[in-house]
Amino acid sequence: MIKNRLKRRYLFEKIFRFMGLSAVVTALAMLAILFLTIISNGYSAFKQTYIRLTVTLDEEVIDPDGARNPDTLSSANYSGIVKKTLRKIFPDVKSRRDKRELYSLVSQGASFQLRDIIMDNPDIIGETVTIWVPADDDIDMLFKGYIKRSTPENERRVSDKKIAWIDVLLNEGAIKKRFNSTFFTSGDSREPELAGIYGALKGSIYTMIVTLLLSFPLGVATAVYLEEFAPVNRFTDIIEVNINNLAAVPSIVFGLLGLTIFLSFFGLPRSAPVVGGLVLTLMTLPTVIIASRAALKSVPPSIREAALGVGASKMQSVLHHVLPLAMPGMLTGTIIGMARALGETAPLLMIGMVAFIVDIPKGFFDPSTVLPVQIYLWADSPERAFLERTSATIIVLLAFLIIMNALAVVLRKKFERRW
Amino acid sequence: MKKFTILSLLLTIILLTASSDLYAGSSRDYISIVGSSTVYPFATVVAEQFGKTTKFKTPKVESTGSGGGLKLFCAGVGVEHPDITNASRRIKSSEVEKCAKNGIADIIEAKVGYDGIVVANSKSAPLMNVSRKELFLALAKEVPGDNEGELIPNPYKTWKDVNSSLPDQKIEVLGPPPTSGTRDAFAELALEGGCKKFPWIKAMKKKDKKKYKAICHAVREDGAYIEAGENDVLIVKKLEANTNAFGVFGFSFLDQNSDKIKGSLVDGIEPTFENIADGKYPVSRPLYFYVKKAHVGMIPGIKEYLREFTSEKAWGSEGYLLDKGLIPMPEEERKSFNKSVNGLESLSM
Repeated sequence: MIKNRLKRRYLFEKIFRFMGLSAVVTALAMLAILFLTIISNGYSAFKQTYIRLTVTLDEEVIDPDGARNPDTLSSANYSGIVKKTLRKIFPDVKSRRDKRELYSLVSQGASFQLRDIIMDNPDIIGETVTIWVPADDDIDMLFKGYIKRSTPENERRVSDKKIAWIDVLLNEGAIKKRFNSTFFTSGDSREPELAGIYGALKGSIYTMIVTLLLSFPLGVATAVYLEEFAPVNRFTDIIEVNINNLAAVPSIVFGLLGLTIFLSFFGLPRSAPVVGGLVLTLMTLPTVIIASRAALKSVPPSIREAALGVGASKMQSVLHHVLPLAMPGMLTGTIIGMARALGETAPLLMIGMVAFIVDIPKGFFDPSTVLPVQIYLWADSPERAFLERTSATIIVLLAFLIIMNALAVVLRKKFERRW
Repeated sequence: MKKFTILSLLLTIILLTASSDLYAGSSRDYISIVGSSTVYPFATVVAEQFGKTTKFKTPKVESTGSGGGLKLFCAGVGVEHPDITNASRRIKSSEVEKCAKNGIADIIEAKVGYDGIVVANSKSAPLMNVSRKELFLALAKEVPGDNEGELIPNPYKTWKDVNSSLPDQKIEVLGPPPTSGTRDAFAELALEGGCKKFPWIKAMKKKDKKKYKAICHAVREDGAYIEAGENDVLIVKKLEANTNAFGVFGFSFLDQNSDKIKGSLVDGIEPTFENIADGKYPVSRPLYFYVKKAHVGMIPGIKEYLREFTSEKAWGSEGYLLDKGLIPMPEEERKSFNKSVNGLESLSM
């Protein structure tokens, strides 16, 4: 009888272990699939197809009066120069329709690139320069194999004619994939080949600075006060319960709060990182407070007693002894709270940070977006080339999150004290 | 202790007011645009072109939906309110009144062009030819029963049940959720268009407009119509995987993904560029944007932005908006809107 029961108990244990293990394996497999799809979709976005153009910077076109007036230089007909260069490579393209198609081989960005070169260095007007300009996103997709040559022409976004031109360029070595630096140096664009994450990255950084500067001191001060100084009564009990509840409030609610308080009541600007930072501060504060209080609680009372015993005031005992010992735990909590804030879009939707913004933000009051919002916006764009850029942005965001979490681990490992 | 609390409260209030004062003095030097997610792809392209080719800053474009955009737009005059709102429908008279109440008397209306809503399926599935009436019967929550004036919960499971000439496959349509302007337009143009084909429902429009709308616009919730979120890219992917399913989205997505999906014929008309442009394709709608006249001159660049948007190289029959899937207006309409917009003529309802 006992033996029988024993057998059954062993069996149950085996089943339990097996189920636990398979749960872990499934979770890991899901994670692996997620990473694999994102990386396999996104890695190609770090390269971009470029076309080599040998451009004659005709003084007649760029600066007819020769005065090198910046206004004339910036408004010159650069797209005309690009078109002329293309016509020179393929002189037998005559009809209007074919020409239009030929011009669409290179990105609209080519003429802006040319303008920037001239504005930087007006002395090269009149010379002939060789530049690599980004190819149109359809060409890029063809090159990367997302648009297949085998699909029938009427279903393909790149016509047979264009493919023939590309093959000519390919033979001359005038078209190739290079590192996509635009992706890291420019702001948003509706042309995938010109779109970059720099604007969103900077917006994220500004927002995080505001969040860190507000939530860390406020959170730590609140935790210290509640844990070390506040009397235990009904009032502080209510505060404590409320802080714990706030940590579980859905983030979009904080967005609504931000909309009514910061935008409507205080009249702060829409879409500004400062407002985003304020809203995210509200969201991360409870996390920081709870983590900081836990860190303070884990400091043994003997430390406080010893400090008080040698004649330190309450303030001195907290500032000189308890706080330094609790700091690693507090920092870890803050970093995890910040990592959560970095990946947040919902509250920013309400305060207008989900927007198309091309200019790179230069300060806390300039309109800007953040990385997760950029992902959301690109994921919804019809152009095929945004798909890989979406995944590439996710890779960048994930890298940031991993770095922040690793930092938290390192801090904990380095400064943590075991009692 | 009490004094301490009151003091700290006072300090907080002072700090907050001071920080808002800090901003209040500054002004805005970029155009702020809100509104429809359907017009968003076109407005952003114009904004980008405008920012790159002029000395003005690039306008900020938010996608808030037509209704949300007009609400923000009508909130008042001043730098904290948007200058332009995009809409995938015409402004309502109630919204004009609300604007007027908040001090916005003069609004400039601009029609941008047209957008078609397509019902598409995978390239490898057979081509579908469906009428608006059949679409209504397949997707409405309640459909007319055998007797006149009777409504029954939608009993149709397959397209063949709706009309024996249609294929024998499960009704499975992926489309946008009720918050989307595309959904509103689809309900209004496709479903209501089919709904009107029943004479007794059409007669109801005059008697009980609310009930009429409820019948014609309600979409079934038993799993045949699947709300796929606002993410049209996702719908395209799902259609590729499931050849039985259909998707509802804007024409620009069909245009960009013509190697993966094809548009069904509605009332026998193929959703092509030409058919939408000349109004043959029944499920198409005009797109608009509205400008606050009081902001012209206050915010730099509005006039120039309007000139860019209404130029032939943008919205013309060979303009760059065409590449993004906009269906341009006929030339005469373009000319008349070009004149009224650049002349800053106010809207009169």
